[in-house]
Amino acid sequence: MAISATRIAKRLSGVLSQSFSTSRAATASQLTVRDALNSALDEEMERDETVFLMGEEVAQYDGAYKISRGLWKKYGDKRVIDTPITESGFAGIAVGAAMGGLRPVCEFMTFNFSMQAIDHVVNSASKTFYMSAGLIHVPIVFRGPNGAAAGVGAQHSQCFASWYSQCPGLKVVSPYSSEDAKGLLKAAIRDPDPVVVLENELLYGTSFDVSDEVLSKDFVLPLGKAVVEREGQHITLVAHSRAVMLALEAATALAGEGVECEVINLRSLRPLDEETIVKSVIKTHNLVTVEQGWPQCGIGSEICARVVESPAYHYLESPVIRVTGVDVPMPYAKSLEIACIPQPHDVIKAVKKVLKIK
Amino acid sequence: LLRDEIKIKTEMLSKIVRAVVTQSQSNKRALAPFMTSVRRGGTVTEATFQTQPYKLHRLDEPPSTTSICSRDDALLFYRQMQIIRRLESASSNLYKEKAIRGFCHLYSGQEAICVGVKAALRSQDSVITAYRDHGWAYVMGCSIVSIMAELTGRTQGVARGKGGSMHMYTKNFYGGNGIVGAQVPVGAGVALANKYLENGGICVALYGDGAANQGQLYEAYNMAKLMSLPAVFICENNGYGMGTSVDRASASTNYYTRGDYVPGIWIDGMDVLSVREAIRYCIDYCTSGKGPLVLEVATYRYHGHSMSDPGTSYRTRDEIQEVRQTRDPIMLFKDHIIGADLVTADELKKIDNEVRKEVDEAVKIAKTDKEIAVQELATDVYLNPVETTIRGTTPFDPYTHRRLSKVANLH
Repeated sequence: MAISATRIAKRLSGVLSQSFSTSRAATASQLTVRDALNSALDEEMERDETVFLMGEEVAQYDGAYKISRGLWKKYGDKRVIDTPITESGFAGIAVGAAMGGLRPVCEFMTFNFSMQAIDHVVNSASKTFYMSAGLIHVPIVFRGPNGAAAGVGAQHSQCFASWYSQCPGLKVVSPYSSEDAKGLLKAAIRDPDPVVVLENELLYGTSFDVSDEVLSKDFVLPLGKAVVEREGQHITLVAHSRAVMLALEAATALAGEGVECEVINLRSLRPLDEETIVKSVIKTHNLVTVEQGWPQCGIGSEICARVVESPAYHYLESPVIRVTGVDVPMPYAKSLEIACIPQPHDVIKAVKKVLKIK
Repeated sequence: LLRDEIKIKTEMLSKIVRAVVTQSQSNKRALAPFMTSVRRGGTVTEATFQTQPYKLHRLDEPPSTTSICSRDDALLFYRQMQIIRRLESASSNLYKEKAIRGFCHLYSGQEAICVGVKAALRSQDSVITAYRDHGWAYVMGCSIVSIMAELTGRTQGVARGKGGSMHMYTKNFYGGNGIVGAQVPVGAGVALANKYLENGGICVALYGDGAANQGQLYEAYNMAKLMSLPAVFICENNGYGMGTSVDRASASTNYYTRGDYVPGIWIDGMDVLSVREAIRYCIDYCTSGKGPLVLEVATYRYHGHSMSDPGTSYRTRDEIQEVRQTRDPIMLFKDHIIGADLVTADELKKIDNEVRKEVDEAVKIAKTDKEIAVQELATDVYLNPVETTIRGTTPFDPYTHRRLSKVANLH
């Protein structure tokens, strides 16, 4: 049976796009992050009857951010459950459901509200397998938007990447692209351990090129594996979630000035793909981390510490610099909010400082 | 000042004893059975007893006013309660010898609850409780050796010594939970799984009078009622949340009514058969799609809140003695079953000796068994580990993650 050259190319690009850069994929379609998450949920619910979704407004409202659009209509009350506004209670219920034989996807409308339920995420879910010496497992997914949005104020803008990724027993992912969103959410749902999926509200509407493979029903991404979005030889930029976009924008601008940045999209925060970072730093000799969360005990801090403790340290030509959110609660006023979140010029400035160029 | 102290303590005493004593002053509880069956070799094969009166909230029909107890059940319940009593007593001694560390919350006095509940449960039912879980671990299937060895943190422990007193688990028993109140919504979640999977099971979620004021309980009641979950929420009211008596912690101490729109039952927790009948009723209720129930089981704990609490600064020794002498669940049951000719005193004495021996053996093992190898601290953090190394105290000596266990709830 003859296979067309185009199909071979698409196949190849599908493979390539998984391990290298999404922008290199010979793409078939565009997919928003929202639709990627939606199809991930739909496909996993279709595949496994024990998978169900619960959270505020996920059913009849189609989801506060429309991530679960159409699911209630398709699967009904049993599998898409609207909860009251009681995070502590419903997160606990989700954990119990996971212990009792189901695979719940527990949505927090934003991760800010997960603070009310964090005892269940950490104490009831993440520690149980260990405390029981492996008798009771908790196959649960906690998902929802994380971090800064736009104009939502201090109580609705916190990034929980550090808090959750600190906890052994949890797996934590932070998707950037549609491919990330779909592949990581599907992997999270299939995973027998508790997984926290930190999405980003501002990315929901963003379209990305995706290959046919991404669109397939069995497309999963491995947890704990970062991806090099853009290759470069002068400096490594490591980011997760929306900060990847920021790093890529800075990289594009810098390329115009002859500086080639290697941009690593972490995808997972726990486990953190130290190997990919170290390999890159050994190649480029310079590192800047980029994140939207607060600086103290942030993801950048962890990356820096790990690089310093690794063989890559001896290859560094400059100290590691972190680009982070400003160390204040998020203000509302537009210009202040913009100033509190790293912008491309912040990354460019950091890169130039590190490379000692003007 | 001394007279005031005595006055306060006497008031407390009478309040507590009144809470525990189910009857009106004229104690109408029937000691003797009113119906017996065939006699065989000096004992009968079964006897019928009256249960202690129940108090109802938003329910018309109470659980059964009678309970048939077979000879086998009589021997079983007695043995189970004695084992738990002995186990807890041994734990107390081990703790004082520093063979048990950290937290140790003893169940002595409350035995009739876990034995009575388990007597009614079927294989598809689940239980979840808080940290006063040794008795529950036992009735749900953990061996005496595994419980004691878990307390001393050794290899033969329920969780290989990795959990400790508050974290014992087995199939359909979800612990053993250290955070007050957290187990209640989790229990409602297990009930959700039962309903979803249509396995006919219910989940019994226990908590104390202290936890009864936690907000997440009300969140759990709400959702359980909305979704008609087969959940039985049980407050083991022993009169004190640590050192705080119920009157000082709760604006309403009618815990069986605290579910408001969720119907409730108050039960005398010192009578194992009353507890059993109540749970049978609950199973019937919950499995016919009527939704959750809130139970309050009145009981008493002889020891302090935990081994760090002598348990005498907030109650009098007289009060504790009073309950031991007049309301002890094992003593009461013993009187029942001997009085009904279900068993002989000698038979029970034999059980006592066997129990003592079994527990003594278990203590010996618990003291001499080894701890797991240090490397095993990196075992079973994940069911499906992504990384194989786990960072140690420095980056120079990482551990290797290993999978060892047979998962009890694999799905």
